Amino acid sequence: MAEFSLPANSKVVEGKTFPAPAGAARVKKFKVYRYDPDKNENPRMDTYEIDLDACGPMVLDALIKIKNEIDSTLTFRRSCREGVCGSCAMNVGGTNTLACINAISDFRGDIAVYPLPHMMVVKDLVPDLTNAYAQYASIQPWLQADTPAAPGKERLQSPEEREELDGLWECVLCFSCSTGCPSYWWNSDRYLGPATLLQAYRWIADSRDEYTGERLDALEDPFRLYRCHTIMNCTNTCPKNLNPGKAIARIKQKMVERR
Amino acid sequence: MSLQTDLARVRGLGSAKEGTGHWWAQRLTAVALVPLGIWFVFAAVSLAGADLGEFRAWLTVPYNLILMVLLTGVLFHHMQLGMQVVFEDYIHSERSKTVVLILNRFIAVILGVSCIIALLRVAFGG
Ligand code: SF4
Ligand code: FES
Repeated sequence: MAEFSLPANSKVVEGKTFPAPAGAARVKKFKVYRYDPDKNENPRMDTYEIDLDACGPMVLDALIKIKNEIDSTLTFRRSCREGVCGSCAMNVGGTNTLACINAISDFRGDIAVYPLPHMMVVKDLVPDLTNAYAQYASIQPWLQADTPAAPGKERLQSPEEREELDGLWECVLCFSCSTGCPSYWWNSDRYLGPATLLQAYRWIADSRDEYTGERLDALEDPFRLYRCHTIMNCTNTCPKNLNPGKAIARIKQKMVERR
Repeated sequence: MSLQTDLARVRGLGSAKEGTGHWWAQRLTAVALVPLGIWFVFAAVSLAGADLGEFRAWLTVPYNLILMVLLTGVLFHHMQLGMQVVFEDYIHSERSKTVVLILNRFIAVILGVSCIIALLRVAFGG
């Protein structure tokens, strides 16, 4: 059965508090999930008081400040700091998002920061994405065509055909959507999840691809595709404002169309 | 322990090559239940306080009987489809899932057929 409560050794306990430097005028509290696999301890919530006058504007800036100046043991992923690499996906203020494109000033009160929900935690804010990446690889996310491209030419698309990919190519594979989906929580061993399904549709919708039927065949499955129950958490949470829910609906539509 | 690669594990037994039929049937039965449901509410209200004789007279009107039988059949079919999804979502042991799915189908058919027979008996006496 699905589990609805955490096992005893996963219960989150109160952690340390790192006070703001004396004289700080604008202080914001960050409550950050901490878990260290090398210590035999429960996860805990550490509180960092940040002087906003000495910190960049984004949530990621605060995490970098904590790591650089306050507590170097804090672990998280980041790279581009401008919302294009998808590394810094985490749960901020109760929503899965990219820490680097969320302004601290948009949050009222304390800001709680957790790793992406319902994933194995490697350390602190770093979830294990092995399964999600393998699922992405399983949909063969590359152009497949038997017709060779004309020598020295690109494969052509009309402007309308190219437009079909808008709202799909922008996905940065942060997996905020998949890890926000209850159906993915319960059945991620067999359900592909919104991120991978949006990517699958990105290739189904590509006019240059010649393997549309095979791609649909691979998704024709009660779990891989049809565990989507149109809950729409994916679309609500996508930090790039994409619509994975709609992409999944389009796949289902194509499935009915070809019967 | 398994030394399978991640890709092998994710590909698993491959796609079942079905799922659309179930999904489409669930939508169709849901759509059909909208007018049938509305009709049923009006019918039930108009029959409030009726005794068996009045109800029998109402039920022998052909289109009332047809709609009642349709409503019952579609309803139990829809219920069975929906419950199957819920069980698949939440039961993760293959063995108990199989048992529950078989029971789900049996119970839906038994209940549906019983209700339809009951309707026919009331309508045609006996
Ligand atoms: S659809 Fe949005 S939330 Fe999902 S992986 Fe892509 S960018 Fe992230
Ligand atoms: S650091 Fe690249 S998306 Fe946030």
